[in-house]
Amino acid sequence: MLEPIKVSLESLNLITLAPMLIAIVGGLIILCIDLFKENLDKSLYVMLTILILVVDFGLVMGLNANERGFFDVMLIDGVSIVSQLLIVAGSILFIPLGLTSKRFHEYEYPEFFALFLFMVAGFQFMAASDNLILILVGLETASLALYTLIAMHNRSDSYEAAVKYFTMGALATAFYAMGSAVVYGLTGSVELYQVAQTLSSRLNEPGLMIAIFGSSVLLLSALAFKLSLFPFHTWAPDVYQGASAPLAGYMSVVPKIAAFVVSLRIFGMYIELGVEWVRVIILIIAVLTMTLGNIMALVQEDVKRMLAYSSISHAGFVVAALALDTTEGNTSIFLYYALFMFTNLGAFAMLWISRHKQRRFDDRFDNPYEKFAGLINIMPMGAVIMALFMLSLAGVPPFSVFWGKIYVMQAAVNAGYVWLAIVMGLNSAIAAYYYLKLVVYMFLKEPVKSVDVVYYNLSKPLMVIIGFATVATVGAIFYVQPLISYFYYMISASGY
Amino acid sequence: MENILSVLVFFPAIAGLLGFVVNKESARVYGVTVAAIEFFLSLWLWFAFDNNNAGMQFVEMIPLIPDFGVSYYLGVDGISLFIVIMSTLMTLIGMISMNIAKNIKNMVITLLFLEMTMVGVFLSLDAIIFYLFWELSLVPMLYIIGAWGGPLRIYASIKFFLYTFMGSLVMLVGMLFVAYIYHDLTGVWSFALTDWYALVLPVSYQLWLFAAFFIGFAIKVPMFPFHTWLPYAHGQAPTIGSVILAAVLLKMGTYGFVRFSLPMFPDASVIAITPIAIISIIMIIYTAMVAYAQKDMKQVIAYSSVSHMGIIMLGIFAMNAEGIGGSVFQMLSHGIVSGALFMLVGVIYDRRHTKMMDEFGGLATVMPKYALVFGIMLMASVGLPLTIGFVGEFLVLIGFYNVSPIMTILAGTSIIVGAVYMLSVYKKSFFGPVTNEANRTLQDLDAKETISLVPLVLIVVWLGVHPKPVLEPIDNSVKAMLSFMDEKAITQEAKEMIKVAKSTQEIK
Repeated sequence: MLEPIKVSLESLNLITLAPMLIAIVGGLIILCIDLFKENLDKSLYVMLTILILVVDFGLVMGLNANERGFFDVMLIDGVSIVSQLLIVAGSILFIPLGLTSKRFHEYEYPEFFALFLFMVAGFQFMAASDNLILILVGLETASLALYTLIAMHNRSDSYEAAVKYFTMGALATAFYAMGSAVVYGLTGSVELYQVAQTLSSRLNEPGLMIAIFGSSVLLLSALAFKLSLFPFHTWAPDVYQGASAPLAGYMSVVPKIAAFVVSLRIFGMYIELGVEWVRVIILIIAVLTMTLGNIMALVQEDVKRMLAYSSISHAGFVVAALALDTTEGNTSIFLYYALFMFTNLGAFAMLWISRHKQRRFDDRFDNPYEKFAGLINIMPMGAVIMALFMLSLAGVPPFSVFWGKIYVMQAAVNAGYVWLAIVMGLNSAIAAYYYLKLVVYMFLKEPVKSVDVVYYNLSKPLMVIIGFATVATVGAIFYVQPLISYFYYMISASGY
Repeated sequence: MENILSVLVFFPAIAGLLGFVVNKESARVYGVTVAAIEFFLSLWLWFAFDNNNAGMQFVEMIPLIPDFGVSYYLGVDGISLFIVIMSTLMTLIGMISMNIAKNIKNMVITLLFLEMTMVGVFLSLDAIIFYLFWELSLVPMLYIIGAWGGPLRIYASIKFFLYTFMGSLVMLVGMLFVAYIYHDLTGVWSFALTDWYALVLPVSYQLWLFAAFFIGFAIKVPMFPFHTWLPYAHGQAPTIGSVILAAVLLKMGTYGFVRFSLPMFPDASVIAITPIAIISIIMIIYTAMVAYAQKDMKQVIAYSSVSHMGIIMLGIFAMNAEGIGGSVFQMLSHGIVSGALFMLVGVIYDRRHTKMMDEFGGLATVMPKYALVFGIMLMASVGLPLTIGFVGEFLVLIGFYNVSPIMTILAGTSIIVGAVYMLSVYKKSFFGPVTNEANRTLQDLDAKETISLVPLVLIVVWLGVHPKPVLEPIDNSVKAMLSFMDEKAITQEAKEMIKVAKSTQEIK
């Protein structure tokens, strides 16, 4: 006869679940509001979403580091707190981009906001667990919500993007599940800390390496899909192109933070165990990703596709930091994405305000370079701001991404990988070309067509967001110090 | 005024921001006024400067990112003082002489931001802040060349940007490595130059780091074979762009060698003397010959710039007080003279919209004042005694004579070859009968051009006759640097090579 399982409520430590529950309950509330009263304006939902996320943010801030909860599947360490803060902050920054002056299909549905909140909760689960199954659940919750959000943009491209992303995502999930299964078969556990213990005691067994190789290749492929690393990056430009600009910007930052946390937990463990070739593989992937991402970005004719390839290249930068396996390297992952977030927010918001129902410039692309030609004459402030974002992405000091880049490069140098730092430097120089291309179009060329195009969607809330992104990009030098010290403290406290 | 350096750096930037509000018609006057105030502020710095103190003065330090060792750290010594003054002067003169009709407001604002970055580069004592201004200076220049330049302007501006950007990223890795070593040895993160000076590095490290910094600086100088961006940039840039580029931006590279490479890597620098001297001599002779072959007046001056930068490089690597002091002086003189020459080419270009020498001839009879000023500047460029060009070139050659007489003689041919191409420019354009009818009605220098050129002529003659007030502070700081390098050098060859004893005043 089965014993009844007795679990005391205290041992569950439910507070560790509170942030995600807030997001989920918030999503349900939004759905309920829609039941009671129809045709409410999107501004209400945007503001509600922001409020719910603010509460979420506050709860994450209040968590104590190094706790476990809910049958020990929840892991609240420094990494999970920092990454959850970034995820929630990124979501807060991107969701107001719905407040355009023109109507867009997806924002008319309250379901959009509910799904958005579920997605945030999913990412938070990914970041706050070292249980391979819970990570999978979080990953799938978030991904399925994200596919739907993309498709809601209601254009043929968006469906294409969503289906493409879904197919690739399903494949990645399958890889992930198989990889986890191998890990479970090896060690009899899906809890990474137990996996690490078991593996470290058995590392000398013959034949074990093959199994580790199998599991890590499968898991690496799965996460490389999510992080859009070479050679699993091919979906990214199409999906970015099909998705609305705010979602594309969002995708280039927030899901990657969550996926980086998972990679950090899994591959950090392997590297820690002394499986040196995992590091080598990641380094090779990193160099290939940043170089090929850059080279492909060079030939793009559409700004959004260019930004997609550029975000692939940036991911390559950061994944190199992952391979270093030093506290500085791990800190730099989060620092980089925090700083990258502001700039990308601004850049995609600038694309978003120029979004048109019809494609006026090109049959294929929404944002060809020609669209921005001569922007300095049409909208000088907009051109200057967009140029700031581009220079920041190119790594020109003192804008925000520069500090991320320099910190990653410093981490590489400190870990003894000077060649890696040089590769990063040369890649930044290649990247400067395509960012400059847009600057050149905006500043040095004459406008091609009629002019109202570029600030079509501009509204006060969007101006606030863009203004915020600009200030955060330009003034990075003043807040890098607290960011570094906080991130470094949290990450070293959790032992990475 | 303790924080005059911050004022110097940020005054143009703030003025640039406020400039967005200024009306288009008034933008030019605004720009000239701001540049004049900035120039007087830099003169004030000179008066407040203590000539007997060889170290850093007016030092300001505010930690910005203490966990990463980055601080806002400014200071000025005899080496940077005059380069800063020269930068503000050339910006002012450029602003006065500027002859641009299109988008003048954008140009004024851009120039003011450019001035901030130029002054910032020469005053920063923190490597990251230095790098920040260094990179930032590319952006306004990109815009100036790309927006107001000739037909190939976009190609030229992007080439300029990418070339320098690439080099400086390699330099950045070098900086990060130095910071890493510093942290390794002391346990503290610091990018402060004065802290880095204290590092005594093994020769192998020095060589690698020297190479990393060399790539960054050499592209900027530009040293052969990295000089190919410069003729394009000059050829396409508007007059004001060429003036600033030649007068100030190129000096960032040579200044970088003096400020970073020499004191930080004395042994590597001594080892690098011969290769760099060879490159410099190639620069001097080869580009002088290329200059002779040009048909475009502006290209002649562009290539002559490269040639003169070779002299400066040679002086820096003479490793003695005459050479380095002479180089710093030559930076000033080249800044003023080449700036003036580009302005003069701009004058004739505004009138005829061509820079081809075969379009001209006999200009001296039509435009006597113009011919006179051009002649003086040309002589100064060649290095005629009693002009500013002579002092620097002479000191450099004397300094390098101690290192290698043969190479010095080779480098000395620069004066001859320089005279050949410069005089041929003068002959083709100014002497002889007026062949082209279009030239007959050309107007001589107008008031604006006279006002901007006469001060430069006066400086050329004044510093040519009496360089002491400028040479003395330079000399003090250079000697302090040399004795410091001497103490720091590990290898015996380096110690022998770095000569401290002789002083420039004895020669004068």
